[in-house]
Amino acid sequence: MAVYFGADNIISPLGFTTAQNLEALIQGRTAVHKQRFAFSDSVFCCSKIEEIQLNDGFSAISNNPAFTQLEKMCIISIQDVVSHSGIDFNNKENLLIVSTTKGNIDILEGAYKNIDSKRAYLPVFAKTIGGYFGCANTPLVISNACISGLLAVIAAMRFIENGSFKNIVVCGADIVTEFTLSGFKSFNAMSEEPSKPFDKNRAGINLGEAASSILLSSDKISAVKISAGNSANDANHISGPSRNADGLYLAVKRTLEDAKTASVDFISAHGTATEFNDEMESVAFSRAQLNHVPLNSMKGYYGHTLGAAGVLESVIAVNALTSNTLFQSKGFELQGTTNELNVIKKTEQKTINSCLKTSSGFGGCNAAALFEKV
Amino acid sequence: MEPTILSYCKIKNNTVWLNGDEIYIDNKSVDFDAFLVNLYRHINLNYPKFFKMDNLCKLGMLAAEMAIRNNSKSDNCEKDKTAVFISNNSSSLDTDRNHIKTIEDKSQYFPSPSVFVYTLPNIIIGEISIKHKLAGENAFFVTEKFDEKLMHSYTSIALQNKHTADAVCGWINVDGKEYEAFVYYVEKSNFNPLIKGFNMPHNPETISRLYN
Amino acid sequence: MEALIKTLKIQIIEQLNLAELKPEDIEPNAPLFGEGLGLDSIDALELIVLLEKHYGIKIQDSKDAKAIFASIQSMADYIMANKK
Repeated sequence: MAVYFGADNIISPLGFTTAQNLEALIQGRTAVHKQRFAFSDSVFCCSKIEEIQLNDGFSAISNNPAFTQLEKMCIISIQDVVSHSGIDFNNKENLLIVSTTKGNIDILEGAYKNIDSKRAYLPVFAKTIGGYFGCANTPLVISNACISGLLAVIAAMRFIENGSFKNIVVCGADIVTEFTLSGFKSFNAMSEEPSKPFDKNRAGINLGEAASSILLSSDKISAVKISAGNSANDANHISGPSRNADGLYLAVKRTLEDAKTASVDFISAHGTATEFNDEMESVAFSRAQLNHVPLNSMKGYYGHTLGAAGVLESVIAVNALTSNTLFQSKGFELQGTTNELNVIKKTEQKTINSCLKTSSGFGGCNAAALFEKV
Repeated sequence: MEPTILSYCKIKNNTVWLNGDEIYIDNKSVDFDAFLVNLYRHINLNYPKFFKMDNLCKLGMLAAEMAIRNNSKSDNCEKDKTAVFISNNSSSLDTDRNHIKTIEDKSQYFPSPSVFVYTLPNIIIGEISIKHKLAGENAFFVTEKFDEKLMHSYTSIALQNKHTADAVCGWINVDGKEYEAFVYYVEKSNFNPLIKGFNMPHNPETISRLYN
Repeated sequence: MEALIKTLKIQIIEQLNLAELKPEDIEPNAPLFGEGLGLDSIDALELIVLLEKHYGIKIQDSKDAKAIFASIQSMADYIMANKK
């Protein structure tokens, strides 16, 4: 049974609809810039949604103030998908999957006075969102580091294929707070400048916040389907990517095998802009003989949005297919990996029919999925 | 026709059950940290990395070790076709709170990379995968309670694909002093009641019975 | 210097959770990484934190870290040279 993509949304500093975000990508705008925070003297280069912008967006759909920042982002994002698709969560055949790494982590940082601290627990956070939409099924949470979003899309495909559900909305979301900023800084993993995925002078990640949602359905509601998807573990190190790219290579190889194709028109890569991640990806794509395929990373536009990334990048990949657009990989200038890659230098129109989407993360996890036009 | 559960390990209340038998019980007054180290020594894990892990990973490693050691299959399983699917309630909140402690006091501001790396629940999947060289499918679900239907459904789907032959599954939860682990090993081959040794059919009812 | 080396050993065992090691097990000139104590990339980052926390020394260029953390002896030499 084929599983099709439907309505989608992106909530980011670049806009609160997919259309606004795509427009920004075409103009080459980035959400990442240098900013200061009350907790530190350091300058952080990251992407944050303005509080005013978020509250304006939220007050357009609800006047209930009892939601956290992340819950508001998710609700606006899912509501947009509901409005465009008419999906009814009250129906037992429909499910909401939430992908996040840190959830309402700002509750632990004491950000709220009137929010129950239990909402730091991911099931309670998801139930709060599910309650807003009157979900008949308890929303499912997937929290699997940086592959959370893509893994949630793959899980949705599997649950629809085996008949457990007819329609699933996947919403990926994470926020940027002192928690992750201080942690990644201690990891020496953050760039002080806008990140440069796959570039010779890449110097690390920028963190970003976003929520993104997409509908998957057994009904043929669009011309793009998800054909296959797999995950695999490096079994090597909990934070360092595998030198041989074993996990990512395996996930890619199995995905193309399942989809019974070798034809990939472009790759939406993970591309965090750390030295070792991007190098590892170049090894994987080279081993899979895909290093000639046009490739981009969205991290130069959004930073690394953690649990949102896989969903956000899937939304952009699906729209790239429908609009036949190869988006520039922002920040890339010079080849910077041992195995040369075909990184997209300029946004252009080209007929494209298939996209390989990949993600990798801490814990040695990797995921790959193939999206195809029908 | 159902796949087969070949072993399971349950740890709670300072007690360990393996394939239904109570195999270890520590003094009730021993606290969680000490219990973990005592059990580590008791089963001769001999894995120095254990001491670098947070409590969620320590607990999960012990339960996974016993479930993987004590079945007829895991020695000759296909490592890159063995999946690890884990779930819990509190994700990595226990370590999240520890990371917060390192950044709360601005005069003692030393965020620690070795604490921060454990602020993701799926690190336990990574640790199990590294120790046992398992390179198959991964997923970490966060649910209010152990959800045998979800775990059964996701595992069954994976086992129907040729890329997955075995799966290490379970529930590993740590929230302060509250903890619970339940790890079971599933193989694709159909359950056969005539085969000797511990084996059970992989279905939600059995999983729920073993968990409870 | 000898006292510093002894203190460093204790601090490293504690900070890196090398629970099964005693200070006397660590040779001052033995390599900390690779075949020596078998430390990894996270341990290297943790040693950077250790220097800052206990000795107020910030390593400005992470490329220097490899030479500084070659052994307990090289760490002690660096601390003596850079201590405020």
